Amino acid sequence: MSVHLPPFQRLVDDHAAELHRFLVASVGFVDADDCLQETFLSALRAYPRLRHADNLRAWLYTIAQRKATDAVRGHRRHRASDLDGVAEERLASPPPTPGDDALWISVRGLPAKQRAALVHRFVFDLAYRDVGERMGISEEAARQNVSAGLRRLRKEVDR
Amino acid sequence: MTDLEQQLRAAPMADLDRRGLTTALAQRAGKAALLDVAYAEIDSPIGELIVFVTPRGLLRIKYADEPIEGVLADVAARVSPRILRAPARTDEARHELEAYFGLRRRSFNLPIDWSLVHGFAGRILRRTAGIPFGDVRSYGQLAALAGSPRAARAVGNALGSNPIPIVVPCHRVLHADGGLGGYSGGLDRKRYLLALEGSLPTRD
Repeated sequence: MSVHLPPFQRLVDDHAAELHRFLVASVGFVDADDCLQETFLSALRAYPRLRHADNLRAWLYTIAQRKATDAVRGHRRHRASDLDGVAEERLASPPPTPGDDALWISVRGLPAKQRAALVHRFVFDLAYRDVGERMGISEEAARQNVSAGLRRLRKEVDR
Repeated sequence: MTDLEQQLRAAPMADLDRRGLTTALAQRAGKAALLDVAYAEIDSPIGELIVFVTPRGLLRIKYADEPIEGVLADVAARVSPRILRAPARTDEARHELEAYFGLRRRSFNLPIDWSLVHGFAGRILRRTAGIPFGDVRSYGQLAALAGSPRAARAVGNALGSNPIPIVVPCHRVLHADGGLGGYSGGLDRKRYLLALEGSLPTRD
C-alpha cells in the first residue's frame, strides 16, 4: 500500500513556528535558526522513505531534538579545542546569547531527552501524555525525564 | 509550582522569520538535490497563477479558482512529496509568462515536464504545444493529427485535463464553426488569451 505523504511545504507551514520555539529554548537564539533549517533538511532527505504519515509532528520533534544536541555538542567541541586545557564546567554549554541566563545555559547542558521533556512540559505547558506523544515515548518515560531534568537543574542552580 | 518551574515557563521567545526560512530552505534543499517540486505565485491579467517546476521543467500551472490543497496533494502523490514553496526557482517561468502577457514573447522556451500527462491525452497535448501564437485549430483537426479523426470529444476531454494551461496553449483549440468550445479555466480566460493573441473569432 502506498503512503499518502502531505506536500512537504505543509509540514513547514504547520510546524515551523513551534519547532522554532522548541529550538530557541533548547539551544538559544543564535543557533535556533540554523537548527531549524537543519531539521527540515534532514526531514526532507528522509521524507519519501517514510513508511507511514501517522505522527509527522513527533517525527519532526525527534529530528529537532537531535539537531539541538548536535549544536550543543558542536559548541562543546569548539570551546574545548579553542581553550585547550581550560576545562571548566561552563565550557559544556554554548556561549550565552541575548536573553540567556544561567538557567537556560544549564538546560542546554542536560541530556537530550531531559532537555526536550522539560521544554515540552514547561515552555509548551503540556500534560505528560502529550509530552510523551511529541517525543514518541510513553507518558511514564516523559514524567521520568522531566523529574530527572528538574533534579539536575536544581543541583546546578543551588550550587 | 516551584520557582524553577516558573522560570522554565518564562522561556525566552523569538519570532520566526518565515521568509528567511523559506529562502534558506529552498536554496539549501536545491543545492542538495532534495527539492523535487518548487512552486510560487505569479500575478497575471487573468488572476493569480501558481506555477510548479521540477528540475526537468514546467510541471503545472494552476488558476486561482482551483484549490491549492488539492493540487499540492495530487502533485505530492503523483510526482514527489518533496515540495517547497521556492519563488527563486520559478523565476524563469515568471519572466516568460510576464513577457507573454506583455506581448513581448510569442512562444515559450521553458522546458516542459510531462510527468502529469499520459496516454491519449499526452499525445493530444504534445500536438497542442506546437500550435503557434496567433493560430487556432479545431477539435477535429487535432483528433485527425493524433490519428483518431472521429475522436473530437475525446480531444476535448484531453484538453480539459491540461496541467499546463497558457504554455501548452489549449485555448487555441476551437469548434470548427468558430464557437469557443470549452476551457477548464473558464471561457472568460479563453476569450482573454485569444484576444491577446489577436485570434478571437469575430462571431463570439
